[in-house]
Amino acid sequence: MVSSDRTSAPRDARAGDEDRRSFFSTATAVIVGGIVSVFPFAAGLLVLFDPLRRQGSAGGFLRIASLDELPADGVPRSFPVITDRVDAWNKFVNEPVGMVFLRRTKEGVAQVEALNAVCPHAGCFVDFLSKESHFQCPCHDSSFEPNGTRIHPERCPSPRDLDALAVEIRMVEGREEVWVEFKNFRAGTPEKIADA
Amino acid sequence: MRAFFDWLDDRTGYRDLVGAALYEHIPGGARWRYVWGSTLVFAFFMQVVTGFVLWTAYSPSAQTAWESVAYIQYDMQGGWLVRGLHHFMAQAMVVLLALHLMQVVIDGAYRAPREINFWLGLILMQIVLGLALTGYLLPWDQKGFWATRVATNLMGIVPVVGADLQRLVVGGTTYGHHTLTRFFALHAGVLPALLVFFLVLHVALFRRHGIHARDPERKPDHTFWPEQVMRDAVACLAVLLVVLGLVFLPGLGDRPAGAPPGYYLGAELGAPADPASPYSAARPEWYFLFLFQFLKFFHGETEIYGAIVIPGAVMGVLFLMPILGRWRLGHGFNIGFLIVMGIGIGALTVQAMVEDRGDETYLAAVEQAEMNATRVRDLTHAPEGIGAAGALALVRQDPMIQGPLLFNRHCVMCHTHVDENGHGLAGDEAPTASNLYGFATREWIAGLLSPEHIGTAAYFGATPYKQGDMVGWVNDTVPSMSDEEKADLQKVVAALSAEAHLPSQEAIDARDAATIEEGATLLKETVGCADCHRFHDAGELGSAPDLTGYGSYGWLSEFISDPTHERFYREAVDGGMPGFATHRENPLANKLSPEQLDVLVRWLRGEWYRPEFTLASTTGEGAAADPAPPPASDTTSAAPTPEASSEATMPAAAEPAAENPSAPAEPVEEPASPNEPEPGEESPADSPQAEEAPTEDAPAATPPAEEPPAADSQPSEEPTPTPEADSENEPAPSEPVSEEPSATL
Ligand code: FES
Repeated sequence: MVSSDRTSAPRDARAGDEDRRSFFSTATAVIVGGIVSVFPFAAGLLVLFDPLRRQGSAGGFLRIASLDELPADGVPRSFPVITDRVDAWNKFVNEPVGMVFLRRTKEGVAQVEALNAVCPHAGCFVDFLSKESHFQCPCHDSSFEPNGTRIHPERCPSPRDLDALAVEIRMVEGREEVWVEFKNFRAGTPEKIADA
Repeated sequence: MRAFFDWLDDRTGYRDLVGAALYEHIPGGARWRYVWGSTLVFAFFMQVVTGFVLWTAYSPSAQTAWESVAYIQYDMQGGWLVRGLHHFMAQAMVVLLALHLMQVVIDGAYRAPREINFWLGLILMQIVLGLALTGYLLPWDQKGFWATRVATNLMGIVPVVGADLQRLVVGGTTYGHHTLTRFFALHAGVLPALLVFFLVLHVALFRRHGIHARDPERKPDHTFWPEQVMRDAVACLAVLLVVLGLVFLPGLGDRPAGAPPGYYLGAELGAPADPASPYSAARPEWYFLFLFQFLKFFHGETEIYGAIVIPGAVMGVLFLMPILGRWRLGHGFNIGFLIVMGIGIGALTVQAMVEDRGDETYLAAVEQAEMNATRVRDLTHAPEGIGAAGALALVRQDPMIQGPLLFNRHCVMCHTHVDENGHGLAGDEAPTASNLYGFATREWIAGLLSPEHIGTAAYFGATPYKQGDMVGWVNDTVPSMSDEEKADLQKVVAALSAEAHLPSQEAIDARDAATIEEGATLLKETVGCADCHRFHDAGELGSAPDLTGYGSYGWLSEFISDPTHERFYREAVDGGMPGFATHRENPLANKLSPEQLDVLVRWLRGEWYRPEFTLASTTGEGAAADPAPPPASDTTSAAPTPEASSEATMPAAAEPAAENPSAPAEPVEEPASPNEPEPGEESPADSPQAEEAPTEDAPAATPPAEEPPAADSQPSEEPTPTPEADSENEPAPSEPVSEEPSATL
């Protein structure tokens, strides 16, 4: 049809030209075509990768309980961690954001240990079984001593002990209160790496 | 007409297409064993259609996902059906995939020239599993949430990129809105698009190479239409019937009378996801259970083998099958590998199930989860409805769910909350304060005023007040009362109990208005209460707790906040009850936040929403048995690990009973009322009225009011006070409550 008319005639004369032009066309087609088709992906990646530059809300000590709420005998007790939380476009004020276990390390003394209730294996919340007197993860059966160490490190799915958190005892209006630096840590790693 | 089709064919060539599609040649004839691929296409088609419909009603965000799914399930016409089909067809698809894969491998249909098509099939399998995984999260219920949390945490252990990968999938460091928007985009957009793309290639290649006939000489050849199509259609029908069966199966069990079908048919919906509260019933969907179980065998740093390396290697072998199959032994190896894999998966799955079945903590957690799910479903239909804060707020503010948790956390060290049958909440050690079950009900107060009970652990027996004036007065005065005086005392009981305005007693309080008025006068003037207590305009504050509004919402809140206030015990006493909200200016320093105090008080008073529909089975018994089966019942065995998992002890169970309009408590009382109402004294006061009561109450009861409340208001109360003050607060009813007393007055 149209093209055959054109090509049939003075072909040889313009062969060099044609070659050049066709090289140019090919290169342009590939480059421009590539750019235009990759562009939306590149732009999209900016948005898709946005979570990588978000900061976690970690940081700072939070009031968890008053000291007299902890049993004197050193049995761990769970407490919700209440603080403000931002989820994308929402801010939630005074919401539970996690759970910690507190226990006195010495009878009657104001020494307190705090453990994040999240199992370092894959993130379920551990239970404290009062009968057996140890922590048990309901998911893959990791178990931990009341102080957070793994009971059988050689066959415990969790790669590390329960995550201890920094504790401060503060006097507030004459009462001793337990404040904890609440953080979450990456699951599944032997090292304790705080979620940034 | 013919001309039209000719024209159409000329412009589109559709006849060739249709011909190619329908008259595919099948050497050896149509066979049932070829149906698996078609059933998969059918299943996918169902998922697309039902999925689009669900999409029209679904809203992916942490505050709306569960809510919109609940609305689909419980309220929308046919919502439960479409959701049930989508849910169970997804599971059917996994099963069909396995069958299809097995059939292809066993028939050797992966060999040249079909290798690429086999690989395409494996890619399709990954996509389908990805759809299953992402879909599990979308309802944003506890089950899906925790399963997904584990799955995405496993992603984090991939070397180098794991943490970033996890963040990208989760949409940040914490789970929330963007987890849902991303999962939804994957589930409804990216993965289906990929699936269609690969499916087109898969079918095109399949057509190009033709069907892989096992024994082409077996029978005369057929064409696809109609012989194979007929078989495929029948197989699809069978799949559909199985799925429909699963959708309707739950309807065979208990169902709440008169409830909409979404309450008991179709896929289940757990309680809304709560990232901050433990969920010990977390398990993946059954077809991933083997992976879950598999992970238990890998410890510490070897986890990556269980989660990634070995599953990856297995997939790798599957990909190599077409190549291995070129050798004679290879095909045998492939089949053997598949069989071993099947047995392994089956064994792990069974092992996971068996372990769970023997695990009491897990079973209790599942039961709790189901009760919570039912409770939240009911709450979404309460008059308040779901507010902008979402359904989780309903859970967090519901006395029935949270009351026992708070009681376990703050009260159970001293108090109990145990019904006549011994069910309820109690600490590991002997109580040092009263049983608050039924606090401020007539039975409870009658027990307090009875010499047999006041000295027991249920009331003052274990408190610092056991030698107090109140105990002394009851022991000295009551036994020597004349019958007439005892009758008067019953009226006083009714009057004092009426101060609480308990929902459970609304009907009898209204019925006995005259008696209550009389009792109030007796209380002020005759019986002697006002010698120590204040009661409205009689008596003075100062030596014993104020009886004005005794057990009411306001009284209880204030009492729990600060029992040493001058309205109550005035000063702290050794072993007495601490204040739970004494810091008015600095609420953060209080043990109970205002919201927690509100929930606890409402729980103790039995003030919570009673659902419209309850299980028929529950209603009958519960209601009839005792007048005031409070929420407590739920706890039954709750006591175990109260603190450990806060949720463990929830109460949901009890409430159903309450609902029933007709049967409730009152009837029981009736008989009793005339004479021996309370353990001790109640007598005759109103016999006449009592009789009628039943009828009246019933109607009234229907609404929420009826239930007997939890009754115990005293949680906080511990007897702190001065010696004399014993007042009534502390004690609880041991078993005094027998049934009779309750309504009497
Ligand atoms: S999440 Fe705790 S053992 Fe796996």
